[in-house]
Amino acid sequence: MKLESQTQNIARAVKRVCDEYHSRREKLLQILEELNELYGYLSEYVMKEVAKNLDMQVSEIYGVATFYSFLNTKPKGKNIIRLCQTVSCELAGKQRIANALENELGIRFGETTPDGMFSLEYTNCIGMCNQGPAMLINDDVYYNLDPEKAVDIVEKYH
Amino acid sequence: MAGKRKQILFSALEPGLGLKKALEHTQTEIIDIIKLSRLRGRGGAGFPTGLKWDLAYSAKAPKKFIVCNADEGEPGTFKDRILLNEHAKKIFEGMAIAGYAVGSQEGIIYLRAEYRYLRPVLVQAIDELRKAHLLGKKILGSDFQFDIDIHLGAGAYVCGEETALIESLEGKRGEARNKPPYPTESGYMGYPTVVNNVETFCYVPYILIEGAAWFQKFGTFESTGSKLFSISGDVKKPGVYELEMGTTVRQVLNLVEASDTKAVQVGGASGICVAEKDFDKPLAFESLPPGGSIIVFNRSRDMLNVLKNFMEFFVEESCGQCTPCREGTFRLLEGVKLMEQGQCSIHYLRVLRELAETMKISSKCGLGQMAPNPFLSIIDNFKGEILARDRVTDSIPL
Amino acid sequence: MPNMLAVCINGKECEVEFGTTILEAARKMNIHIPTLCYHDDLCLSGICRICLVEVDGEKTLQAACSAPITRPLHIRTHTEKVRKARRNILELMLSNHYGECYTCFRNQNCELQKLAKEYGVDSLRFGHVELPRHTKDTSSRSIIRDMDKCILCRRCVRTCHDFQGVGALEAAFRGIDTEIQTFLDHPLGDAVCINCGQCINRCPTGALRERDRSDEVWNAIDDPQKIVVMQTAPAPRASIGEEFGLPPGTSITRKLNTALKMVGFDYVFDTNFAADLTIMEEGTELLTRLKDFIVDKKPVSLPMITSCSPGWVKYCEHYYPDYLPHLSTCKSPQQMFGSLIKTYFAQKIKVDPKNIMVVSLMPCVAKKYESDRPEMSASGFKDVDYALTSRELAQMIKETGIRVTDLEDSDFDSPLGLGSGAGLIFGATGGVMEAAIRTVYEIITGEEVPFENLNVIPVRGMDGIKEAEISFQKTKEDWKFLEGKTLRVAIAHGTANAKKIMDKVASGEAQWHFIEIMACPGGCLGGGGQPIPTNENIRKARAKAIYDEDSHLNIRKSHSNPQIQMLYNEFLDHPNSKKAHKLLHTTYTRRGKI
Ligand SMILES: Cc1cc2nc3c(=O)[nH]c(=O)nc-3n(C[C@H](O)[C@H](O)[C@H](O)COP(=O)(O)O)c2cc1C
Ligand code: SF4
Ligand code: SF4
Ligand code: SF4
Ligand code: SF4
Ligand code: FES
Ligand code: FES
Repeated sequence: MKLESQTQNIARAVKRVCDEYHSRREKLLQILEELNELYGYLSEYVMKEVAKNLDMQVSEIYGVATFYSFLNTKPKGKNIIRLCQTVSCELAGKQRIANALENELGIRFGETTPDGMFSLEYTNCIGMCNQGPAMLINDDVYYNLDPEKAVDIVEKYH
Repeated sequence: MAGKRKQILFSALEPGLGLKKALEHTQTEIIDIIKLSRLRGRGGAGFPTGLKWDLAYSAKAPKKFIVCNADEGEPGTFKDRILLNEHAKKIFEGMAIAGYAVGSQEGIIYLRAEYRYLRPVLVQAIDELRKAHLLGKKILGSDFQFDIDIHLGAGAYVCGEETALIESLEGKRGEARNKPPYPTESGYMGYPTVVNNVETFCYVPYILIEGAAWFQKFGTFESTGSKLFSISGDVKKPGVYELEMGTTVRQVLNLVEASDTKAVQVGGASGICVAEKDFDKPLAFESLPPGGSIIVFNRSRDMLNVLKNFMEFFVEESCGQCTPCREGTFRLLEGVKLMEQGQCSIHYLRVLRELAETMKISSKCGLGQMAPNPFLSIIDNFKGEILARDRVTDSIPL
Repeated sequence: MPNMLAVCINGKECEVEFGTTILEAARKMNIHIPTLCYHDDLCLSGICRICLVEVDGEKTLQAACSAPITRPLHIRTHTEKVRKARRNILELMLSNHYGECYTCFRNQNCELQKLAKEYGVDSLRFGHVELPRHTKDTSSRSIIRDMDKCILCRRCVRTCHDFQGVGALEAAFRGIDTEIQTFLDHPLGDAVCINCGQCINRCPTGALRERDRSDEVWNAIDDPQKIVVMQTAPAPRASIGEEFGLPPGTSITRKLNTALKMVGFDYVFDTNFAADLTIMEEGTELLTRLKDFIVDKKPVSLPMITSCSPGWVKYCEHYYPDYLPHLSTCKSPQQMFGSLIKTYFAQKIKVDPKNIMVVSLMPCVAKKYESDRPEMSASGFKDVDYALTSRELAQMIKETGIRVTDLEDSDFDSPLGLGSGAGLIFGATGGVMEAAIRTVYEIITGEEVPFENLNVIPVRGMDGIKEAEISFQKTKEDWKFLEGKTLRVAIAHGTANAKKIMDKVASGEAQWHFIEIMACPGGCLGGGGQPIPTNENIRKARAKAIYDEDSHLNIRKSHSNPQIQMLYNEFLDHPNSKKAHKLLHTTYTRRGKI
């Protein structure tokens, strides 16, 4: 019973988001982004509901979802840390930040903490190259990092 | 000598003045002014902006679109971020003028997901412009209407390529289209579409106010105007600089107080790596295509490491549809790893060079065509350093 | 007068229409340019890059398949640059391709292998995959996917999405991680796949193939306890010759009979017989529905839609479950045949049906799924044990060393070996409709259809959707309610076209009475189990062979088939009888779209 109402809720939420965009095919990316934000990832059920609303093949939605690195088809932590791995940040010492984050969170890049609070990922250049090393946590940008500073920032998201 | 710092974009601009001037002209007059200014696109390829608008203007269609490419993903580039954050109204004014010139009422700005935090800034700018009748219906009391939608990307560098961007705008995988047809003929939803870089749009109101002749006075004959450079790496004063086109690499290095410089990557990962012998070359489309980024490496840097970083970038960011790019970037990276272990034979290095040349002429879009640039330029400029590596005999972790 | 442009390819001059692709221009001039992601049936993609050519004035090489000619051009197709590029691209593909040609079902019919030979690839400079990296997906009853052999040309994706309107397959992830997957990489057997096999026909490599049943069939043949009965459908007979080097459109029905006996089948029957039976059952069903509707004003499901294409049936179950009552309840000819063999024929030859194996030669891979459906066992046994494709049977014959093309002709066995021309043309799109019209018209009016030589031309041809009208005059006593009425029919082939038709039915926009739908382009002759390659010319040639054969037959109407009459007299009583319903009709399952 509980499970059923949960799926109904999701179906309603998906419909609301799709309606917001008049269920237009070309708005798929925006729709997926909103749902990704809402649930942290695009579950099988969510993708199927989107397909229904937009009258599309669910495989196509999956194809789109897997193309973009900011859309997830697997569950992720509540907060996603994306450390820039591109050249200017590399020159500025990204590796030390990477080590500090791994040590502090007890996970490797590509993993999620057991409490589901953090996922640690690399990303490519985020346009902060003059102030590297830089990272994004969710939508917030942090730069001029040093290991201690990075760890303190992460702490704030606990 | 400090570089020539004549400023256009970073000088004050009265909001709406450019648009007001534009509305005093006919559509073709504006296109002629832009053509005369010889403004070339600042997104990388340097395509003449006036010609692009003319193509879109001449295309017959019930609807046309103006798209601002704010997908700035080229490693080492952040000039568009500054413009978006601090000069958004200039961008939108440029888009509105483009809209008026080609006969479009709808603008879209494609903002990369990594810049999502800038969205509120853009929303506010658009709101204010609407209130000031510089966007929306009856712009400045005329019959011209134009409005702008913000569209977020979702994390894919290739979506900066204009046809991939359009695919992405249509909610699809960001895979480049076959060209022709070009976007000016058939772009977003099949309608003629002008795609221009953020920076390109920003020059437009200035040109309308000050005139094409004024703009031409900046820069070189083939590359008029100024250019924003995002400068990072081993320099004392990194940041965004507005410099005249034609400024040399050495001038830039002096300006940002770089010392002990070994190499400069011009144009980001898809640009080329310049060694000291070429530091006196000018940054202009006819010489060193400027792109938006300059990354400086000092003598302590291992250039093979730099190359590996670039190749990793392309392997991750290739859309994967065409063979030379999907498989080729992977093989080049594999080769770099071999070199890192000191295990790449001269023979195989030549094979990889030939592969890189093939990728340049056979890939479907600019990404695959330019991905070999750092490979070729770094290998060629620093062959000695690269081949001098000790051989690591352990098995290679590819 | 279209805008003509001068092009010069390798020094040869030619005029082409504005917008012609370089590939089309080259083909016109008989200049060969290799292709991989390009397929005549599909939209352009331009992604494999093997078709590159050098165009004067262009910095980069151009993909001939997708570069339209919009100005006068000088093109060269085998310069050093081009040769090096193609060679590099091929080697890149091969470096990421795991497969041993001698264990591959596409050995000697593989576009990748052929190119490797054409370009003399004698070393793999970028290395070679040593071990498989994917497990084969064997979950589907019909189709096996071996992604180790996939070169990401996406022909299957375009086939499934654009051509068939299904969309089971899609490119997922990006860059070097790109793979062709189903939704969430679920096994194909659990995906919305209609088993049409069209993707197999268009795959250039051995990445896609049918589930091979020939070993099981050999086992049955080798088992002395078993009576192995073969039924052959019309479409494979018009195409299997291609597997033996004959040009498309060479029908070898009667040589094949000889070969099948030599291979070891005990009886060889004609599926056309069951096709005739289908017409009797389905025609009667249609007339009953019409009568219920017009005379008795009962709520019946009209239009009635054919059910002989298992790909279409599954499509309908997935995408239009609300319209399942519109499907004729008739089983397909293959399945009708199976249940008759295990009942009527078993009684006749006094053999326990459990010792009879029914094998069918089909143009179709969906027939495999169909024969495995649990509801297909009205006889108390599995109606059809194994459905073989044209390709599998050709393989079996090759294994025996029999040279089919050199054999004498021989006839089908009796009593289920006589099929009319009406049954025969089931193999082409519009064929079922034509057969039905030939019979229904005559039942109603007592006269032959008012078309020259019984050829109902409006329902023939390769248009994706065809429509026709037949009006009834001078109706017989029982059918007076149809006097002056017009029967409106429609025909679609390829499920993308089926979708168009169904959407019109759903919106009420079109008022048809009877619709023929085949899942495969061209009908069964373009089936997913047919020889590879396929394109419209090949399909047209096969269709021509079928229609030619029909025009030369004596019996060309299902109801005139004496063996059908005998079957009803001896066994089934009359069309749509209780017994017929039990053995020859079926039910459908609602399935999700997703
Ligand atoms: C891989 C790739 C990435 C690109 N990224 C960008 C980008 O982030 N921003 C941009 O303005 N142009 C980018 N471009 C160039 C665009 O394709 C296009 O040429 C440009 O937006 C046109 O604008 P312009 O004429 O004003 O330069 C990219 C091109 C390629 C091939
Ligand atoms: S060159 Fe690379 S990014 Fe461009 S279409 Fe080909 S695979 Fe995609
Ligand atoms: S797909 Fe072609 S190249 Fe690959 S193993 Fe099979 S026959 Fe050989
Ligand atoms: S068999 Fe048909 S439906 Fe299934 S994947 Fe292939 S083309 Fe698609
Ligand atoms: S499975 Fe076959 S048709 Fe599909 S992409 Fe791979 S090689 Fe091409
Ligand atoms: S390289 Fe890290 S932000 Fe650009
Ligand atoms: S055949 Fe032209 S790109 Fe594949």
